[in-house]
Amino acid sequence: MSTAEPPVNTTHVTPSEPLIGPGHTYASVTDKIAAVVLTRPLGIGWLAGFTVTFAFTMLLLVAITWLFTKGVGIWGINIPIGWGFAIVNFVWWIGIGHAGTLISAILFLLNQKWRTSINRFAEAMTLFAVACAGIFPLIHTGRPWMAYYMFPYPSTMGIWPQFRSPLIWDVFAVSTYGTVSLLFWFIGLLPDLATLRDRAKNRIQQIIYGMLSMGWRNSARHWHNYQSAYLLLAGLATPLVLSVHTVVSFDFSIAIVPGWHTTIFPPYFVAGAIYSGFAMVLTLTIPLRKAYGLEDFITMRHLDTMAKVMLATGLIVAYGYFIEFFMAYYSGNKFDVFLAEQRLHGPYRHFYFALILCNILTPQLLWSSKVRRNVPLLFLLSLVINTGMWLERFVIIIISLTRDFVPSAWGRYSATFWDYATLAGTILGLFSMLVFLFVRGLPAIAIAEMRELVHEGHARKEPS
Amino acid sequence: MTEHRARLHGVMAEFDTPEQLLSAARKTREAGYKRVDAYTPFPVEGLAEAIGTRRSWVPLITLAGGLGGGLSGFGLQYWVAAITYPVNIGGRSLNSWPAFIPVTFELTVLGASLFAVVGMLALNKLPQPYHPVFNVDRFATAASTDRFFLCIEARDPKFNLAETARFLQGLNAQHVSEVKDEE
Repeated sequence: MSTAEPPVNTTHVTPSEPLIGPGHTYASVTDKIAAVVLTRPLGIGWLAGFTVTFAFTMLLLVAITWLFTKGVGIWGINIPIGWGFAIVNFVWWIGIGHAGTLISAILFLLNQKWRTSINRFAEAMTLFAVACAGIFPLIHTGRPWMAYYMFPYPSTMGIWPQFRSPLIWDVFAVSTYGTVSLLFWFIGLLPDLATLRDRAKNRIQQIIYGMLSMGWRNSARHWHNYQSAYLLLAGLATPLVLSVHTVVSFDFSIAIVPGWHTTIFPPYFVAGAIYSGFAMVLTLTIPLRKAYGLEDFITMRHLDTMAKVMLATGLIVAYGYFIEFFMAYYSGNKFDVFLAEQRLHGPYRHFYFALILCNILTPQLLWSSKVRRNVPLLFLLSLVINTGMWLERFVIIIISLTRDFVPSAWGRYSATFWDYATLAGTILGLFSMLVFLFVRGLPAIAIAEMRELVHEGHARKEPS
Repeated sequence: MTEHRARLHGVMAEFDTPEQLLSAARKTREAGYKRVDAYTPFPVEGLAEAIGTRRSWVPLITLAGGLGGGLSGFGLQYWVAAITYPVNIGGRSLNSWPAFIPVTFELTVLGASLFAVVGMLALNKLPQPYHPVFNVDRFATAASTDRFFLCIEARDPKFNLAETARFLQGLNAQHVSEVKDEE
C-alpha cells in the first residue's frame, strides 16, 4: 500500500509521453517554479527585454496622448473606412485571449491533464490580451472620455444605451470576459500565492504574497469549497468564451455590409480566435521554457498537442474562408459576388494572398510530427499564424468597407505612422511588458496543480 | 477569548503522504473526534468527507448569482427599452426580447462567477490574516510544499491534550505538536 517514500511517482503509466520530466517530487516542482519568482536574480536577458518592452509601452502612451490631443484624424481612417487598425487590432487581440480560457476551462472540463503546466500562463496571456483589446474600441470612439455613456446608469439626461445594438453587446461581453478571466486566474493563483508566502525570502515578499493569498492555509475544508468554485467557474467560462467572439462577430454579421453579413461568422470567428490564441501561447511558452529551464514541465508533448490544436482550428478557419466564397456565388447576390472577386483581384489582394499563405498553406506543415517537434520551426510557425490572423481581420474589415454598394461610396485605406505605433505599442509594448512582469512576479505554472499531477503519477518513471 | 494568556488551539500531527493522512483522518473520525481539520498542499480526494465536511454551498450560491444576474439583466433591458426610454422604430415591438439575449447571458455568467468566487471566499472565512496553525513552525514552512497535517482542535468535546497527542502518535504521525493560539 502506501509507502513512507513520498512522491516520485511510478503508479499508473500514462499513454504516450509523461507530462512531467523524470524524478520530480512535490518539493522539486514547488522549488523549481517558486525559485523563478523568489530567488532567481534578474538576468541581463530579463532586464533587456523589460527595457525594450517598457520603451514600446511608452510609445503606446505617446501615440494615445497625441491621439487625444489631435483626434482620430491622425490615423488612416476616413469615410467610408471608419473602422481601421483600431478595430482590426481589437478583434485580433480579443481572439488571442480565447486560447487562455479554452486551456483553463474547456480542457479542465474535458479532464485533459496536459493543460496543467500551461494554463496559468495562458490565463495571464488572456488577461493581458483583453487589456490590449479593450484599449482600441475605447480610443477609437473619438471622444473616449464619453465612454461611460455605454453603460446603463441613471443619467440626468434620461438617456439609456440601445440594447438592440451589437456594439452594446460587445461592451457587456468583453467586460464580463475580462472580469471572469481575472476571477478565474486569481482563484487558481490563491494556493500558489500561499506557497510563495510560506517560502518568502524577505519581509517584502512575505507581506505582498501574504496579503494576496488572503490567509489561505491549505485546509481540506478550504479545498472542498475551492474545487467546487473552480469547477463551476470552468463551466461558466466555457460558454462565455464561445459567446465573446460570437458577439464580436455580430458587430459585423448583424450589419448588411457585403462580406460581413453571413451566418458563418460566429463559429468561424471562434475557431479563428482559438487558432490565434494557441499560436500566441506557443510564441510565449517556447522562449519561456528555454529561458527558465522549464522543459521538464512544458514538455515536447505539450508543444506537440498545441500544434495539433492549431492544425485542427486552422482547418476550421480554412473551411470558413471556403464557405464565404461558396455562399457568395451560391446566393447569387451580386454585391457578395463582387466582394469575393475584390478579395482576389482588388487593390488589397496582396493581403488576401498573404492571409491564405499564412493561415492555410503554411500551417499544413503541422501534419508532420517532425515539424511539430522542431521547436524553432514551431516558434516560427506560431508567428506566421499570428500574422495570418491579423491579416484576416484586416481583410474582413478593410476590403468590405472600401467596396460598399455603390462606386461613389468606394474608398481606399492606408495606415499612418500612428496606427503602426499604437499596434506596436500593444504587441511589443504593453502586452510583452506585462508578460515580463508576470513571469517574475507570479508563478508562471500552477504549482498546486503540478503537485497534484505528481501525486497522480504523471511524472516520468525514474530511470533505473 | 476570555483568557488572556496563550490558549491551546489543538494538537497537530504531521504525515509523509496523503494516503497516510487520509487513513489517519478516517481513524480520527471513527475515534469520535468532531472538530478536526486536515491540511494538504493540493486537494486530496475523499479527505474533506473523511474529516466530516458536508456538501459545499458554493453551487447553490452560484446558482443564486446566475439567476439574479440573468433576471436583473433582462429586467434592466426590458425596463429601459419598453418602459422608461421607449424608441418607436417603424412600430417595431418594444420588448424585442431576442435582441436582449446576449446581454442577459453575459450578466448571468457575470453574476454566477462573482457569487462563486465571493461565496467560496466567504465560506472559507477568507481573507483571514491570522490563524493559530501558522504558529507551528513546520506547518508554516512545509504545509504548502510536501507535508500533510491533521489537527484535532481543543474545542472538540473529546479533546484531552495528553490523550489526543497519544492517539495521534498511534497513527504513525511523524511529529505531533501543540498548536498555541497567541491572540
